[in-house]
Amino acid sequence: MAGSGLKWRAEPGIVRRRDAHAMPARETPVLTVDDLSKIYADGTQALSGITLAVRQGEIVALIGGSGCGKTTLLRLIAGLDQASRGAVQVDGETIRAPHPSIGVVFQEPRLLPWLDVAGNVGFGLADLPRSERRTRVSRALERVGLAEHGGRWPRELSGGQQQRVAIARAFVAQPRVLLLDEPFSALDAFTRKGLHDQLLDLWAESKPTILIVTHDVGEAVTLADRVVVMRPRPGRLDETVAIGLARPREPVAATYEEAVRRVLAALDHSLRPAATKPPPTPETRASWW
Amino acid sequence: MSDGVPLLRRGGRAGLGLLLPLVLAAGWEIAVATGAASGRLLPPPSRIGATLWALAVSGDLWMHVEATLIRVGLGFLCGAAAGIVVGALVATIPALRWLIDPSLQALRAVPSLAWVPLFILWFGILETPKVLLIAVGVFFPVYVGVSGAIASVDRKLVEVGRIFRLSRFALARRILLPAVLPATLVGLRTGLGLGFLFVVAAELMGASEGLGYLLVDGQQFSKPDQIVAAIIAFALVGKAADMALVTLTSPLTRWQDTVRDSL
Repeated sequence: MAGSGLKWRAEPGIVRRRDAHAMPARETPVLTVDDLSKIYADGTQALSGITLAVRQGEIVALIGGSGCGKTTLLRLIAGLDQASRGAVQVDGETIRAPHPSIGVVFQEPRLLPWLDVAGNVGFGLADLPRSERRTRVSRALERVGLAEHGGRWPRELSGGQQQRVAIARAFVAQPRVLLLDEPFSALDAFTRKGLHDQLLDLWAESKPTILIVTHDVGEAVTLADRVVVMRPRPGRLDETVAIGLARPREPVAATYEEAVRRVLAALDHSLRPAATKPPPTPETRASWW
Repeated sequence: MSDGVPLLRRGGRAGLGLLLPLVLAAGWEIAVATGAASGRLLPPPSRIGATLWALAVSGDLWMHVEATLIRVGLGFLCGAAAGIVVGALVATIPALRWLIDPSLQALRAVPSLAWVPLFILWFGILETPKVLLIAVGVFFPVYVGVSGAIASVDRKLVEVGRIFRLSRFALARRILLPAVLPATLVGLRTGLGLGFLFVVAAELMGASEGLGYLLVDGQQFSKPDQIVAAIIAFALVGKAADMALVTLTSPLTRWQDTVRDSL
């Protein structure tokens, strides 16, 4: 994977903003997360004071070491679990349970083995008339390159194909916000690259707001407009790295590698204990190194 | 066609399985015919065949088969229905599980034949205790299959249902039901097998018709050919019932990895 061989070092002089998770004031965000915290019954604090705003059509990657609450945060936003404090809003509407505006792709494809591929893609469209459902399903299958596979059983597909079915199932419901929880982590590099392209194609069509959890820096830089780094114990947002590269992005481009280095530096920073963390200004960073 | 070869091979394998019983039967036939064995306690295949044929021609065989099938069918229906209902309730209501599952597990450990004297005492020797005994035999594998299947439904698939905001009823119909179907069908199949096991016991405890009655009758009047004929009839009827159940239910589990007909 591009970038993983790089040393985790910050480039002196690169400004990283703290508390840059909020957006420019003039835009109304589609997804807002306000002071979200999650404390489990055993007293463990999984998330603390998460505040995040994502605008229409933006792709935000959440990255961080294991145990920093990435998946927990996604589940709270999806309405699958209840927050201990704070709120999630989509288009101004508070989310307390799974909502039609929010689509989810899990780490595993989670296809229903007793439905064929087309049945899985159309699973959430039961209320639509049969003909419309069929049209939308076949169009979605076409988009993920599985037009010929609608009648097959999930078990007959490869892991990458199954995850494409799961992505089609989420997109076909036309969500405003799409949450992806490490959707490609179980796949090999080639398959992953193909899926990145297909995900971006689908996204370009209807421009849903996407929040993707990943532990792959290259994936984050390839897909996201913004990479938000999380810190563990308790899980909270650390730094935001704006990517600002035009699409399609080439991993060999110098600007891409520079973005990867910035994310790695932010990640490196998030893994240090908070007490010894120097103020993140260019001057101190430079002298500290 | 490319299907031809494996089909032929499968046919060849089935033929190979028949070889041993055919050779044994032919050997026994020859041994009795040449006087090397008397055939008094185990009649040669030709006499058993003749007995079976005579029973079939006279219509007696069908009467007995019908009586047995009705008992198994009724017992199977009652036992399976009770097993499905109780299994589903116990798996979905924790309080009920804590309350009655331990008792049911204890009762399951009782060999079902141990109920025979009690059932006779309570219900006499007519049809009720027979059907009830079969139902008891069918109940437990179905109950265990259904409750186990519901308890082990993949939570991750239930979450998919939640994401698409299925109502409780839709969740049960579109996710839980298909998920528990395979294990339920396995339970039903085991239950049907046990039903045939218990119908013999039920008919041994006193009946005037049924394949089990043919067994008892054959023993009391020293007619080993009739006993073997009844055993063969049991095997055929049991296999036919199992095949019917598999054929009727296999379209429901077509999606599964395992090929049910190879079980």
